[in-house]
Amino acid sequence: MSALILTMWPGAATAETLATQSFLQPMGPVAEEQAAHLLRVVAITMIVILPVLVGVPLLLWRYRLNSDKAKYTPEWEYSNKLELALWGVPIIIVVVLASWLWYSTSKLDPYKPIGENPLQVQAIGLDWKWVFIYPEDGVATVNELAIPVGRPVELTLTTDTVMQSMLIAPLTGQIYAMPGMTTKLNFSATRTGTAEGENTQFNGTGFGRQKFTVIALDSDRYDAWVSDARSAPTLDDATYTILRRRSVLAETRTDLGLTKDATPIYFSAPDTALFDRVVQKYHQSRTAHTVDELGGTGLPPQGGGGPE
Amino acid sequence: MSNTDNSLYPGLNLTGVQSEANEKAETNVFGFWVFLMSDLIIFGILFATYAAYLNPVGLAGGPGPQELFDIKSVAIQTGLLLLGGVAYGGVSLGVKYDSAAKKVMLWLAISAILGAGFVFFEVSDFIDQAHKGGIPQASGWLSSYWTLVGLHGLHVSVGILWIIAMITQIKTRGLDDTVKIRLSMLGVFWHFLDLIWVGIFSLVFLVPLS
Amino acid sequence: MIQQTNPIFGRLDWSVTPYTDLLNKVTSSTIVGAGAATVLVVGAIGAVALLTWMRWWKPLFRDWLTSADAKKIGIMYIVLALVMMARGIIEGFVMRAHQATALGTLAAPESGLVAPDHFAQLFSTHGTIMIFFVAMPLLIGLINFVLPQQLGARDMAFPVLNQVSLGMTAAGAGLIMISLLVGQFGTGGWTMYPPYTGIEYSPGEGVDYWLWAIMISGIGSTLTGMNFAVTIFKKRAPGMHFMRMPLFCWTSLCVAIMLIYAMPALTVSSTMLLLDRYAGFHFFTNAAGGNMMNYANIFWMFGHPEVYILVLPAFGVFSEISSTFSGKKLYGYTSLVIASMSISVISFTVWLHHFFTMGSSVPVNIAFGIATMVIGIPTGVKIYDWMATMWRGRIRVTTPIVYLVGFFMLFVIGGLSGIILANPSIDYQVHNSTFLVAHFHNVIIPGVLFGMLAGIHYWFPKAFGFRLSETWGRLTAYLFIGGFLCTFMPLYVLGLMGMPRRSPTFQNPDFMPWMYIAAFGGVLMLAALTSLTWTFWTSWRNRERLAVPGGDPWNGATLEWSSPAPVPEWNFPHIPVVTARDDWGATKRGGDPWRGPDEYVDIEMPANTYFGVTLAGAAFLLGFAMTWHIWWLSIVSLFTIVAALFWRGLQVVEPVIVPAEEVERADKQYRDRIASLTPVRRVEEETEHNRGVPDITEFAG
Repeated sequence: MSALILTMWPGAATAETLATQSFLQPMGPVAEEQAAHLLRVVAITMIVILPVLVGVPLLLWRYRLNSDKAKYTPEWEYSNKLELALWGVPIIIVVVLASWLWYSTSKLDPYKPIGENPLQVQAIGLDWKWVFIYPEDGVATVNELAIPVGRPVELTLTTDTVMQSMLIAPLTGQIYAMPGMTTKLNFSATRTGTAEGENTQFNGTGFGRQKFTVIALDSDRYDAWVSDARSAPTLDDATYTILRRRSVLAETRTDLGLTKDATPIYFSAPDTALFDRVVQKYHQSRTAHTVDELGGTGLPPQGGGGPE
Repeated sequence: MSNTDNSLYPGLNLTGVQSEANEKAETNVFGFWVFLMSDLIIFGILFATYAAYLNPVGLAGGPGPQELFDIKSVAIQTGLLLLGGVAYGGVSLGVKYDSAAKKVMLWLAISAILGAGFVFFEVSDFIDQAHKGGIPQASGWLSSYWTLVGLHGLHVSVGILWIIAMITQIKTRGLDDTVKIRLSMLGVFWHFLDLIWVGIFSLVFLVPLS
Repeated sequence: MIQQTNPIFGRLDWSVTPYTDLLNKVTSSTIVGAGAATVLVVGAIGAVALLTWMRWWKPLFRDWLTSADAKKIGIMYIVLALVMMARGIIEGFVMRAHQATALGTLAAPESGLVAPDHFAQLFSTHGTIMIFFVAMPLLIGLINFVLPQQLGARDMAFPVLNQVSLGMTAAGAGLIMISLLVGQFGTGGWTMYPPYTGIEYSPGEGVDYWLWAIMISGIGSTLTGMNFAVTIFKKRAPGMHFMRMPLFCWTSLCVAIMLIYAMPALTVSSTMLLLDRYAGFHFFTNAAGGNMMNYANIFWMFGHPEVYILVLPAFGVFSEISSTFSGKKLYGYTSLVIASMSISVISFTVWLHHFFTMGSSVPVNIAFGIATMVIGIPTGVKIYDWMATMWRGRIRVTTPIVYLVGFFMLFVIGGLSGIILANPSIDYQVHNSTFLVAHFHNVIIPGVLFGMLAGIHYWFPKAFGFRLSETWGRLTAYLFIGGFLCTFMPLYVLGLMGMPRRSPTFQNPDFMPWMYIAAFGGVLMLAALTSLTWTFWTSWRNRERLAVPGGDPWNGATLEWSSPAPVPEWNFPHIPVVTARDDWGATKRGGDPWRGPDEYVDIEMPANTYFGVTLAGAAFLLGFAMTWHIWWLSIVSLFTIVAALFWRGLQVVEPVIVPAEEVERADKQYRDRIASLTPVRRVEEETEHNRGVPDITEFAG
């Protein structure tokens, strides 16, 4: 059914070649179940909606002012049976929908691991990019999330700026990332492919470009990806301070002395405590000025396009 | 439904008698109650906020209740404010029974002085706390504390201004119907502040200290 | 970014106008900005010139701005709303035009009509204006105009307070308007979520404009709610029991209760954000114990009831018109009352569904998701009740009925997407996407806007004495329906394709076909706006032919149709004694409904006063001065407000007495006029024969 909707979209053919951005083209079990639940809800709700869509035009035609045949009962204002149906049917439908809601919400709890031994990835939201840290593998990236197909992933999120919301539609739903707090997304990919992830919570002028690539790889290719990344420069505090500037990926690359394009950046990341430090710094006393570590809380002194 | 006088205005009737002044009083005082309910929601949300920030994260390493609260001063404030409420009883009785403008003004003045005493102790507490580092800029919890208690203090101050306005009105226009109605609204307001203070005393001061 | 604060001008200087931006750099974005400011300036100058030329200043103040008459206040609210709506629709169009040209490529990552920051200001002002300065004044205005007449009252419980409420709303609207010319607006959307809108990330004046506009108009709305509630509880005509009140009064009561309990939450969240920004407090900051989740909670404790505040009066209008234009009794009166009250209560228990994705636990999400679905039950019942009202009726397809049909067909789709969004598991996918944008436009446009426009068409003759052109009215309605479909159906698709809301740019070329359709929808919306304006103009020119001095053009059943059109200031020569639900209908069935009262008495009406205008002016200056950190002006305007309150308290305000003879003369004249007019049958309702006196033998229901 979802495939049917997709083929009706113009340009669906080209969608194959691009990174997928919709949960109606699922790459994993979570998005698949979400798409199925959407269709289920639409189907059940149609029971109360179709009669309106069909009935109103019929009423207008049948009981138009000039109609000679139609019955006219101006004083009729109440019927027990009708009343029972009007309240009863919606109540039954809501009971059914509520049960499904209960079921799907519990099943798709983003905090619940999908399986054994999930791959741990930490994500830090910055203005206007995402930093992904792989503590197990000691690597980090900006704007690229590589995951092995078949192995569950547990993403832990925070932000080192304003509130953001991370969505990787073909794999799972979104969750907010907030400073000083962590949230989680659990998902897994069942096929290889490329998806687009994004921030959906407006956070300034670079918002429209805060997209990242999610690539689901076979385990061999994933291992190769990790070892490639390990040979990249180190993500230390000084580098992180540059990342924290308000800039989109291309500008960050310039700041780091790389070519100015939209290719993700790779790092080796031996500092496994970086994520926790980012979370913790918002918990300390104001007088200790620890918040100003790692580039300060406010607008960093340099960097691309701040707000006007 | 019968068509007796009482069912003609089946609202929240305060009196059975339907005279014009009575009706006006009923409308105005009822309206004022409605307004206070809206005010109550404001305080309710502030209470909830205060509770939400009363934890280590909200305190953010800044000074806490143990360092800042002086329960003795709070007790004095409570006494003054509640006595002010009692004194307003004199105003209400004066309006209702003998309509003696002088007596009403005297009781109004006593209420205002007791209220001012409350504000004095509260402000000196605030100054004291600020010296100990307990400024509202220090933490989320202190922001919520200053806002909640400060808003109540602001209400008391507005109440005192209102009392002064009413004394002026009694002097210039006398104890007419309109002034009487306003005095009964002021009464509701003044007692409402006592009620809020009871909440503040127990939730803001006693709970974290216990 | 350290801003200098001048002791006299605060942070104001010559660089804050869009003209400066235009001089610095000529782009499509700065041209649009300067163009908008020019429209504002030219519009203001034009209005002043017109008032001076026509010598309308004195009547403007004497008959309108100083009036405490709820009907005039209601009309002023609606005028304000329509002016703001023109801006809101144009902004909507600019956003559609921008996104239709905003496909980012590798070579040009940011393109489109306006700059990203300008786009962000557009969606922020558009949302703020449409919710707070279009939908709210429309419904408050309509209630002000209709409620006392339907209850059989002369005025609101507190007429002067009513004037103050209008003043506060206008002051807030003024602040939003002046932000076009002086400085920038905030970019945090209509919800202004911190910490993005905190002082660290939004240091400019933009968020402050929003905060002051919202706080000032919010006070007005709270007082309005109080006024409505007291009016309904205390000012009903003798015999007007609760269960005899027209449905519109019931929904007004719901609105009043919700305003009283919901507006304070907005006041609190705005005040806290204000303290964060001005005084360095830490309610919602990133560090020092601040927590932005509290903002989301408090804001939506207001925000969700607000949605029903907006839509319930429209439900009231639909109840009235479905019955009147079907020539039939309203089906399921009690059901509708219960449904309205349930909606207003349940609406306070669902706010968390606006942030299912904030990491709340599964049981919490389930509870709020189910509560959200439960609201669907009374809403569904209402729709079927109105259909049952039309069943076996004799439906005249007038403009209000076109809006009603548009509402039926479109609102259920909005309901469907609402039920979809109520499921946390699906919300995780479509939250913050254009699917959500399509959803709330889908409930607000067919719900609120169509309802209010239908109401304006329905009651317009009562206010001005002539009907609106049905031809143009229907065309406007069709344009709004078509415009809605073209603009927002594509947004559903785009949302499912993964497009976030508020995107200044995007990279997926598959979005483009849908963007073009939506932009075309924007054109239709502009056409609808033009057509609406033309409807008023052409009807005014034809006012002689469209006049309905009889006062009952639609053969109505509720009390407001028993008076002449335009309705006199005192509404009724004698307060009616109500004996039935739909009392005017019952009177018609009894025959000879236009019999005058036996005796005439003096009528007390509230005196005109400059109180509201003074407070409005002072509040506007206060907001403006605080936004720009002009401290002396803030103190002066605050002092003016306090002084005005004191001064008003000292006045002994005597009501204006309309002598019995004058009432009698006017009323007799009206009764004579009725006798001279030919009653019109329903088939001829839209023709010149409709002089406002219906053929009462046709009345049924």
